[in-house]
Amino acid sequence: MSEHNYQPKSKFGKWFNDRLPLLTLANHLTDYPTPKNLNYWWTFGGILTFCLITQIITGLVLAMHYIAHADLAFSSVEHIMRDVNYGWLIRYIHANGASMFFLAVYIHIFRSLFYGSYKSPREIIWILGIMIYLLMMAAAFMGYVLPWGQMSFWGATVITNLFSAIPLVGESITTWLWGGYSVDNPTLTRFFTLHYLIPFLILGLVVLHIWALHVPGNNNPIGIDIKKPSKDTVSFHPYIVVKDLFALLLFLILFAFFVFYSPNVLGHADNYIEANPLVTPAHIVPEWYLLPFYAILRSIPDKLMGVIAMLSAILILAALPWLDTSKIRSAVFRPLYKQFYWILVLDVLILGYVGAMPAEGLYLLIARIGTAYYFAHFLIILPILGKVEKTLPLPMSISEPILGGSLNAEPARSKENSQKL
Amino acid sequence: MLKFVKYFSLIFFLISGNIVNSAENAEKLLTTDWTFKGPFGKFDRASLQRGYQVYQEVCASCHSLKYMSYRNLSEEGGPEFSVQEAKAIAANFEILDGPNPEGEMFTRPARLSDKFAMPYANEEEAKSANGGAYPPDMSVLVKARKGGADYVYSVLLGYEDPPVGMKLDDGVHYNKYMYGNKIKMPAPLSEGLVEYADGTSATEQQMAKDVVSFLMWTAEPHLEQRHKIGFRAIVYLIILSILVYFSMKKIWSRIETEV
Repeated sequence: MSEHNYQPKSKFGKWFNDRLPLLTLANHLTDYPTPKNLNYWWTFGGILTFCLITQIITGLVLAMHYIAHADLAFSSVEHIMRDVNYGWLIRYIHANGASMFFLAVYIHIFRSLFYGSYKSPREIIWILGIMIYLLMMAAAFMGYVLPWGQMSFWGATVITNLFSAIPLVGESITTWLWGGYSVDNPTLTRFFTLHYLIPFLILGLVVLHIWALHVPGNNNPIGIDIKKPSKDTVSFHPYIVVKDLFALLLFLILFAFFVFYSPNVLGHADNYIEANPLVTPAHIVPEWYLLPFYAILRSIPDKLMGVIAMLSAILILAALPWLDTSKIRSAVFRPLYKQFYWILVLDVLILGYVGAMPAEGLYLLIARIGTAYYFAHFLIILPILGKVEKTLPLPMSISEPILGGSLNAEPARSKENSQKL
Repeated sequence: MLKFVKYFSLIFFLISGNIVNSAENAEKLLTTDWTFKGPFGKFDRASLQRGYQVYQEVCASCHSLKYMSYRNLSEEGGPEFSVQEAKAIAANFEILDGPNPEGEMFTRPARLSDKFAMPYANEEEAKSANGGAYPPDMSVLVKARKGGADYVYSVLLGYEDPPVGMKLDDGVHYNKYMYGNKIKMPAPLSEGLVEYADGTSATEQQMAKDVVSFLMWTAEPHLEQRHKIGFRAIVYLIILSILVYFSMKKIWSRIETEV
């Protein structure tokens, strides 16, 4: 960035800043020019940062009391719930925090899809985001194993067994992952270690994600570049800070509702039964945030192909900046894309729903159609759409939302559109 | 702003709708006027004390409460027996302790700090005494079953004659609400099985309600505290959001764009 002309006022500040330009960094962060038309869907970046920090802090406290041993893990969690001061609160924040984290990340991702935030010049931000999302899923999955309940154990068994689908070396890889011939104590201890490690990797990627964001600056609801920084932008502090804070507080009300009044509604009752390798639960279901991918996995009859489909469903997102051939970022000016966008949202919700249901009969059929459509959206619809779609005229700039062409007659339109989702 | 709230709640309802759907049970569960439900829910002390009596006189011969200690009985938010009463309760049970300086294990009366005495020495003994079925530990039972308190309550009251044509093995009973309808536990409650000290009439429904309330407490011993803190936290967050909202309006009024 170009604010190297910043000079601290105090003598000590100058001396320090010449040696370590922390004050320059702080100045950059507070003065960071942000498009002034950002709507509330842009507040989820801040909310996600809050979620990550909350998970790390509550997780640290839990790790002080938790015992990563197959014979003791379940009872150590009960110890936390009963005897540790406010242990129930810390554990419920951590467990529900994972769900809230995913809720926020899904909104963040779908905001990006709607407003084309993944497009040039923000491809690297987007790909870093996908990496964060992948690590989040790994962390969440391993965290769910730690209480060593029935769903922990059997979820771990199902997911790690996926690796056995790899030809030739699959079985060996699975044995290596388990540290034995089934999910057992060595699996638990290594999952605990990795579950502790991954959040810090995520934190590192988040720093890169924000760094990469600060190079081109934020996208915005109308998806056009900043023309006149003095007119189109506001400084991050106080304008965006206070808005992010307000949105965070609303988010916290929802969060608190789950923690205090429905702390177990997002979990599965079976996980309060201690893991038993001899008793398989009737339905093995992952946490809600993994259900769409679980549906994709089960919709393919072949195990290896199912695993490939599931992984591709996530990795295909990394190719999105090149699959979407449209030069226009925001869906506000892409009438056709906007419709396909909502169909995709619906498709993912339906996949999530059938992912929670037994994979048979009508549910299986719906899962297959949903999976096919999911891939078609990215591989067929998006590349073609960019070529054939007639987009609406773009405004001149953020501060002058006047459209070219015939829509000039309705100056209010773009403002209304820019707030619409 | 309004749109944001609208969509946010839409997503919220979609998620919770999904959960409610997947939690649907084939047989509609029985329920009763639980005192611990809702944002202000509290336990009924007398009911918890009666529930402990039912547990001790009826369930405890087969079902353990291994995560509970006698001290919990006198703690805030539970049955709240006095410390003296809890000590007297504990003293009724023999606990294996040791080794003593001579290297021998010995038994002694339980103290407040001891965990509840176990009905069986180990899982194998429990199984062999119960026709191969293991009576589950009940500490977190209410949280470990879909339907929670309603489910356990329903199972306790769900014993019926099997439908015509259904053959049950020896020692297997028909229960309308049990998963798969087959249960090895014989109907545990019958009218007047316990004699309540406070004169409450010991109907099956009353005993089921009391013991399930007690088990809800053993599963969530801090439920009352959770509800109390939760209410304060949410009120605090709402007031703070309102203040921040007006600060935001004021700050953004310096430039023309609306928030």
